[in-house]
Amino acid sequence: MIKTFNLSKRYGKTTALENLTLHVKEGEFFGYLGPNGAGKTTTVRILTSLAKPSAGTATIGGFDIQKFPLAAKKLIGVVPQAINLDMELTGWENLLIHGLLYQMRRFEIREQAEKWGVFSGLASRLAKPVNTYSGGMKRRLTIARALLHNPSVLFMDEPTVGLDASGRRELWGLLKRINREGTTIFLTTHYIEEAEALCDRVGILDHGRLIALESPRALIASAGKVVVDVFEGESLTSHFFPDRVAAGTFAATVQGSATIRNANLEDVFVKLTGRRVES
Amino acid sequence: MRGFTGVFTRELLIIRKRFLKMLISFSVTPLLYLIAFGWGLGQRMTVEGVPYITFLIPGLIAMGSMTRSFAISSEINIARFYWHIFEEFQAAPVSDLAIAVGEVLGGILRGFFATAIICVFALFFHVRLHITGWFLLAVLGNAFTFSSLALITSMLVRSHADQSMLNNFVITPMAFLCGTVFSLKALPGWAHALIRWLPLSPATRAIRATALGHPIPWAAMATVFCFGIVFFTLGVFAIRGAKS
Ligand SMILES: Nc1ncnc2c1ncn2[C@@H]1O[C@H](COP(=O)(O)OP(=O)(O)OP(=O)(O)O)[C@@H](O)[C@H]1O
Ligand SMILES: [Mg+2]
Repeated sequence: MIKTFNLSKRYGKTTALENLTLHVKEGEFFGYLGPNGAGKTTTVRILTSLAKPSAGTATIGGFDIQKFPLAAKKLIGVVPQAINLDMELTGWENLLIHGLLYQMRRFEIREQAEKWGVFSGLASRLAKPVNTYSGGMKRRLTIARALLHNPSVLFMDEPTVGLDASGRRELWGLLKRINREGTTIFLTTHYIEEAEALCDRVGILDHGRLIALESPRALIASAGKVVVDVFEGESLTSHFFPDRVAAGTFAATVQGSATIRNANLEDVFVKLTGRRVES
Repeated sequence: MRGFTGVFTRELLIIRKRFLKMLISFSVTPLLYLIAFGWGLGQRMTVEGVPYITFLIPGLIAMGSMTRSFAISSEINIARFYWHIFEEFQAAPVSDLAIAVGEVLGGILRGFFATAIICVFALFFHVRLHITGWFLLAVLGNAFTFSSLALITSMLVRSHADQSMLNNFVITPMAFLCGTVFSLKALPGWAHALIRWLPLSPATRAIRATALGHPIPWAAMATVFCFGIVFFTLGVFAIRGAKS
């Protein structure tokens, strides 16, 4: 559904993205992880035609994004990192403008707005101006808007930032559902448990380069399924082991305190990038 | 091309939401001119063969429709740099041409809004305007030209501060100099020759002649639309170039 070949983006001297070659299959739930400044937003902006690549090519649903931008753009919905709603206008008016931009008919827009309004829990607020919404409500409106025209691919750049725990869970449920109904999802996130819970495959980006591309389970297995955290004074180091026996043997030799636990995606991330994710 | 309705609908909704505010702010400047110069000087003085106030009102229409059409530039800027709303257009399957048409139509509408307000004032000051198809065409040309220019500048400037600079050093001087409030014939020859080439000059001439029922200045009318077409075309390309 999404294919990129050696996609690169330079801003002056900084290379935001370097030779990204990636294939996201139809119906896949793809997670895109990386520390701040890794190039996640840059990738999304290129794939959604908001930025031009410096080199390389990409296709969406078989349409080259540079040669057939309109055909490619028709297939996608975007939830940008920065909320870009018309604050003066009502929720419904925001949806109406979006529907018209995607050449939907008015009755279609109304139907879809009702459907996604109910879905996002905003139905009763759609007639109110957006500047009276809470942050979480604005976030949900951008998501409802991105889904209004039934896109085949949904790009989401950190959509759960600003949502509370229950709001995030609700959104996860929603995303799972639309993914099951066939929408390909490209999700950028800082919350590693989010990627672990939702994604079929995860790409990890660091300094503009893709450094891992696997299912969460395979990534965890390749790093070592069991972790021993060793505390020595102020510092914490994590050691990876294929099973509990090996981990236990190691832990016995440690001076100071050691804890044994199952590895998660965050460990993989730290091991690969040498950084914890700030969320 | 149909996607332009999305962009234009947004303009309509914003205008509807701000209708009263716009009505008031669009009225203030022309009203001050009319009181200060129209009443103050208008009755006793004649310019180009008509009472000054009769000369002034079409000039104010040219000035008003120009500045209000051009003001979409600041609007687009805020939408672009502050609210990121422009990205919603850029990510949608609409062509650059459709975005341009939607925005420029919005600007033209504002130009006509400003014009309508001044036409109502004309009634109170007992100036009879000839509101004919030719007059509307002249206003359209002016609004089209400056909405298109606004589109270009809003895509080229890098920040909101640049935009205000442009307003201060280009638009405001032009609004005063192009024969809106005084006769260009009063100027020294070199100044006249220079100012004639600013796009607002032929627009003012066309609007004034048609509004006062004088013979239609075809050359001026054609010049206005030439400026409009050139600016509009450049505007479409400016949108294309605005991607980061
Ligand atoms: N318009 C721009 N001009 C110059 N540099 C830019 C621009 N946009 C992004 N960059 C640079 O490109 C790099 C990647 O930025 P990007 O926004 O893609 O990171 P990100 O992975 O989305 O980070 P975050 O997690 O903070 O959202 C950064 O070094 C950033 O400074
Ligand atoms: Mg980002």
